[in-house]
Amino acid sequence: MAEELRRTGLYDLHVTHGARMVPFAGWEMPVQYATGVMAEHLHTRAHAGLFDVGHMGQVLVTPRDGRLETAALALERLIPADVLGLPQGRQRYGLFTNPDGGILDDLMFANRGDHYLLVVNAACADQDIAHLKTLDEVVVTPVTDRGLLALQGPDAVQVLARIVPEAAAMRFMDSRILDWQGTELWISRSGYTGEDGFEISVPDVQLVAFAKALLAEDTVAPIGLGARDSLRLEAGMPLYGHDMDAGVTPAAAGLGWAIQKLRRHGGDRAGGFPGAEIVLEEMDRGAAQTRRGLRPEGRAPIREGVPIFADAEGGTPIGEVSSGGFGPSVGGPVAMARIPTDIPDGTTLYAELRGKRLPVTVTPLPFITPSYKR
Amino acid sequence: MLKYTEDHEWLRAEGDEIVVGITRHASEQLGDVVFVELPEEGREVEAGDEIVVIESVKAASDISAPVAGVIVAVNADLADNPGAVNEDPLTAWFFRIKPTEAGAIDGFMDEAAYNDLIG
Repeated sequence: MAEELRRTGLYDLHVTHGARMVPFAGWEMPVQYATGVMAEHLHTRAHAGLFDVGHMGQVLVTPRDGRLETAALALERLIPADVLGLPQGRQRYGLFTNPDGGILDDLMFANRGDHYLLVVNAACADQDIAHLKTLDEVVVTPVTDRGLLALQGPDAVQVLARIVPEAAAMRFMDSRILDWQGTELWISRSGYTGEDGFEISVPDVQLVAFAKALLAEDTVAPIGLGARDSLRLEAGMPLYGHDMDAGVTPAAAGLGWAIQKLRRHGGDRAGGFPGAEIVLEEMDRGAAQTRRGLRPEGRAPIREGVPIFADAEGGTPIGEVSSGGFGPSVGGPVAMARIPTDIPDGTTLYAELRGKRLPVTVTPLPFITPSYKR
Repeated sequence: MLKYTEDHEWLRAEGDEIVVGITRHASEQLGDVVFVELPEEGREVEAGDEIVVIESVKAASDISAPVAGVIVAVNADLADNPGAVNEDPLTAWFFRIKPTEAGAIDGFMDEAAYNDLIG
């Protein structure tokens, strides 16, 4: 018998807004609302979209000795990023690696003065928490009484600032604790759409009231997981379990940038994380394959699993689509695939779809111009 | 009068040909249609052959030939405007088929039976 799906505190609100609820990573989540994926996607790019991302794992990591440096250095044993150098009130993207150099999960971590706040993928949360608990110097506390919202789009800042004025002063990847009607909000200026916006952790008891306060604004519409996927795909952002997994290294996933120089060969705190030698040697010599953008020439979307060939006929696949679909803002299909690194942008490759080889152009990511508030 | 298949196609008899599209229920389930691949005119098909590919923002689906026959025309406008399938599924036809057997349309569901099917 299937395990019971979990619901976020916004379940009833989703249903009220005409959501189609689907199972996702053990949760029952809105894939779309009444207007549909295309309209939701375009609304987010033009105005502001509100996403329930309460399925994601929020975790506090606190040093047992009270010194933040202790927690930073402990986290650096699992995450190949400069954790120690992250200033208070700032957030950074990171990866958990395994001994083979593969990626166990990707995450955001924020320095909150005396501890770190981590946000991890729903499907990996239990595994990540167990992984973190191998660190003796820290206390790992899953946050179980808060929801998580993302407010994304060009109007996000004015909407949020109307009820939380201090949010307007935040810059991209700032992380702050701000007050809303006596409720403590954990806010970061970040997202998964390529748009300016915020991710907001709200106590369960105030979650519905806060979501309703945002949705009361004409410019804000609720957005489902379907549009979240097409928005992040256009923004060139990888999705764990698709564009990367335990068998894909950071360099092959196109995420070498998440490993700051200080953690690479020659850096002050080089290595010291699972799979370090494999990961760093590959970065030194350059990965044989990397994640790239593909633009199919016609209108037919090429989706995950579609093989990519160098030639219009014959040969063996040189890669496989890891994420793909229709990009509403691009106005055509877009995809990502790991293909040989030495293939230049602009090269025509071929996607084999229903027995036919369709031309696709290797295209730099992202497919749209992000509009972060730097 | 329209007839319906269990695959959520609508069928309309016109002379000795049948015009085929998908129902509003089907278009709503598919979501926004972004690409339609149609069969070649003149193609001979068997009942159940998957002859149309519909790609929505979510997934690819097929439409099957409801009866054996010859494809006599396809709605090429859908290639440029696949969204018409969502806007007005009852006018956004996919293909016209000339059935091999006369009366082939008779055995399909009427509207009342189809409405029972989709509940």
